Amino acid sequence: MSVISKKTTFLGYRRENGRVGVRNHVIILPLDDLSNAAAEAVAHNIKGTMAIPHPYGRLQFGADLDLHFRTLIGAGCNPNVAAVVVIGIEDGWTKKVVDGIAATGKPVVGFGIEGHGDHDTIMRASKAAREFVQWASEKQREKCNIRELWVSTKCGESDTTSGCGANPTVGNAFDKLHALGTYLLFGETSEITGGEQIVASRCKTPAVAERFMFMFNRYQDMINRHKTTDLSESQPTKGNIAGGLTTIEEKALGNIQKIGKSCTVDGVLDKAEAPTHPGLWFMDSSSAAAEMVTLCAAAGYVVHFFPTGQGNVIGNPIVPVIKICANPRTVRLMSEHIDVDSSGLLQREITLDQAGDQLLECMLRTANGRLTAAEALGHREFVLTRLFESA
Amino acid sequence: MIHFVLHDKADSVAVVVVEGVKAGMKLKGWIMDEDKMTSVTARQDIPIGHKVALRKMAVGDTVIKYGIDMGKVVKPIAPGEHAHVHNIKTKRW
Repeated sequence: MSVISKKTTFLGYRRENGRVGVRNHVIILPLDDLSNAAAEAVAHNIKGTMAIPHPYGRLQFGADLDLHFRTLIGAGCNPNVAAVVVIGIEDGWTKKVVDGIAATGKPVVGFGIEGHGDHDTIMRASKAAREFVQWASEKQREKCNIRELWVSTKCGESDTTSGCGANPTVGNAFDKLHALGTYLLFGETSEITGGEQIVASRCKTPAVAERFMFMFNRYQDMINRHKTTDLSESQPTKGNIAGGLTTIEEKALGNIQKIGKSCTVDGVLDKAEAPTHPGLWFMDSSSAAAEMVTLCAAAGYVVHFFPTGQGNVIGNPIVPVIKICANPRTVRLMSEHIDVDSSGLLQREITLDQAGDQLLECMLRTANGRLTAAEALGHREFVLTRLFESA
Repeated sequence: MIHFVLHDKADSVAVVVVEGVKAGMKLKGWIMDEDKMTSVTARQDIPIGHKVALRKMAVGDTVIKYGIDMGKVVKPIAPGEHAHVHNIKTKRW
């Protein structure tokens, strides 16, 4: 019997729109690169708030601009966030992000810098941030059903132990969560190359499979348009190759162990889109760790499973990232980064079922408030995906 | 002690899961899908996480892992040899 059942609960923060978060962040969100300094100054002034700096937001257009807005609004809407202060260089696009987040009913306010300067903006934004953080600090956790916990996954700095240990551990946990009717997510479009027919065959309906293959082929077309080599050292990465992974096909076959054995792929999302019903969703996404986890946060997922082989150290400012590792050397050399050690799997010391349960136990403790290794170490990588050059 | 693991009995390569594998060592392997044991003698030192070849392969042969195509052989490989980017390449891209 698994450690989780339909009756399993955790202690989460219920937000105004009914969604449940596992963290209670008040974030200072810059619209653009120019507003990072003011956002960081506000977060420095007002303790308990967090700035989320990033390098983009100017002269983007078309689908790339749409994705920029979708990612920032999605990050602000994430139920791990209690309230948001948005700062942009001008009022128009700032208001667009504020309005998008306000649709959830959570407290949000925006400030444009032009015509005021950094000093005045920082003062006014700090006053708002102080009110928000004191308000948020009184929020209490309440009992929530496990079905309300949205869980995403993406692996990084994988090696061959990922495919035989850490990724199947996630797959086992996903099979158990899927059976309860939770919201699950995977992606990494380029990293399915060589295993795409397996994923297509796992899709719940022909329409889902068709949409998946559309996303897969769209990414292949982009790679074929820009490639100058067979991508070796980029995908698979230098670290993957140092860890023993040889080809993209081998990496992909290990990667898709994360979707387990029994769960179906129930829907397909474009980047940073939110799912519309429970089940396992595929999101078209980069395989770069921080980009993909940022997109998961923007889609509304509140806990992330991150298997690693060689020791990727990633975290995210909004979503707790749980690291799972089955490489005994990495567990020994980089123990401060690893939340779940599943290396016993490869010596037959534990079963896959036990490894999956260990991860689910860690998931529940994390959901209840225990900080992950990445949170304790201060990893807050927030990386926006770009589709093409700015104008 | 399990020195290497493979997913499927059809696999032509397997993953070394311990440190310190040296040329000449007789290695014990676990076929995960069937829960059976197998063995091969290492012809080279092989780092943890890297692959050991389980059978003789010629240039152009398909390499099988997870029971599935994971690339092509670009230099002849003997059982017990280190199988990696120097003798296997992708069929994609």
